[in-house]
Amino acid sequence: MTTINLVIMIIYHIISAFVAFVLIWSIIKTKNVQEAILYCIILIPFTLRVFHIK
Amino acid sequence: MSDKQLKNIKIIALCITIIVMLIAGRAFYEHRYFKEPVVLSSGVTEVKKLSYYFSPLKGTTNDCNIYILNSGNPGGTAMVIGGTHPEEPGANLAAEVFVENAIVNSGRLIVAIRANRSASTVTRPGDAYPRFYHIPTDWGEKKFRMGDRWANPLDSWPDPEVYVNYPSGQMLAYADIRNLNRTWPGKANGMITEQTCYAFIELIKQEKVGLFIDLHEAELEYPVISTIVANQNAQEIAAMASMMLTAMEFKRPIGMEFSPPALHGLSHREVGDHSDALSLLFEAPEPFLDRVRGITDEHLLLTGKDPFVMKAGEHGLLYEKIDEQGWPIDVRVGRHCSTILQVTQTYSEMYPDKVVTISNVPRYAEIIENGLGHYYYNPEKAPANRVVYE
Repeated sequence: MTTINLVIMIIYHIISAFVAFVLIWSIIKTKNVQEAILYCIILIPFTLRVFHIK
Repeated sequence: MSDKQLKNIKIIALCITIIVMLIAGRAFYEHRYFKEPVVLSSGVTEVKKLSYYFSPLKGTTNDCNIYILNSGNPGGTAMVIGGTHPEEPGANLAAEVFVENAIVNSGRLIVAIRANRSASTVTRPGDAYPRFYHIPTDWGEKKFRMGDRWANPLDSWPDPEVYVNYPSGQMLAYADIRNLNRTWPGKANGMITEQTCYAFIELIKQEKVGLFIDLHEAELEYPVISTIVANQNAQEIAAMASMMLTAMEFKRPIGMEFSPPALHGLSHREVGDHSDALSLLFEAPEPFLDRVRGITDEHLLLTGKDPFVMKAGEHGLLYEKIDEQGWPIDVRVGRHCSTILQVTQTYSEMYPDKVVTISNVPRYAEIIENGLGHYYYNPEKAPANRVVYE
């Protein structure tokens, strides 16, 4: 069970890193200021998850 | 808006985001890795790690300190654990009073201050818990981590849809796989909280613990409060102790309740059923945990004063009384200390071949008179080899 959980945890971190990357990419590409600010806010929890802080 | 203006706004927004991330990340990191100094009393003869009894825990967050106070004289072995639920500070604070003060004259005392260490590295999301609390002492303020009821998801994730307690098969809430008082008697190949309980059971068996005490606090809306919950093997001790304490020491009575035979995963049930130890669980009132509470801050945590909880009491919605005096931390820890001392004394009287005699620990009235902080010592003034960290 612990092995399965560890695998899920690793996959979850990879997904979080991917989402964080997509958000950063979207911030760069968007022409809409509101969207850019919204993506910045969403980026915070994903980054903290990737670094195993929260 | 020109491309240049858009670019500038994006850069500013990203900079603010990074600053917010750094501030939040630093706060979370500081809480998770804060170390609490503990000054060992002269009675502490050895400090082991929990992994000594179950090696897979080695190096994990839950590899907590196990304090052994060995008198060197014949007798029994009593064990006290605090920090099962780190959002109940009276438990770990009382356990630490024993580690910093107790002298054992016969038998042995084993103490764990932070039984579920992982749960002390996180607070409850959305409940605005303070990260730390401070106890005034004779030499300044002593800082402690505030915690949660469940282990940190950073150490145990994901949770199952339903938690099935091992070996009873009883179904419990999903998050309770991280609740140290639902995972007894533990599972060797389970999640970290189940492994922690398994390690404690191994400790109890290997050290031949005869009396096991698990310290807790509870909301006043909860019926199991101001009481000693006893496995059937410890009913006589609990009954005698509750009568003595109510008659001789406490302003408000302490009751005793039977551990329900069909309610699995709790220490008062499983430790008694899966080892030779007599198992007991103590509950003190903590208004901070009540759902009807007002501002959730350090003041409420330590004074136990809350007008909303009082109002609930006026409407007869509580199982314990509360007035303007609240339930201060000194009173709650004092009740735990006296109850431990009374229970060990009663145990020693009932089992003369397993005597455990503890001295130099303040009782209820002394803690209220002198303040809890009077019984914690300055780690900077103590010899380095007598200071350990939780």
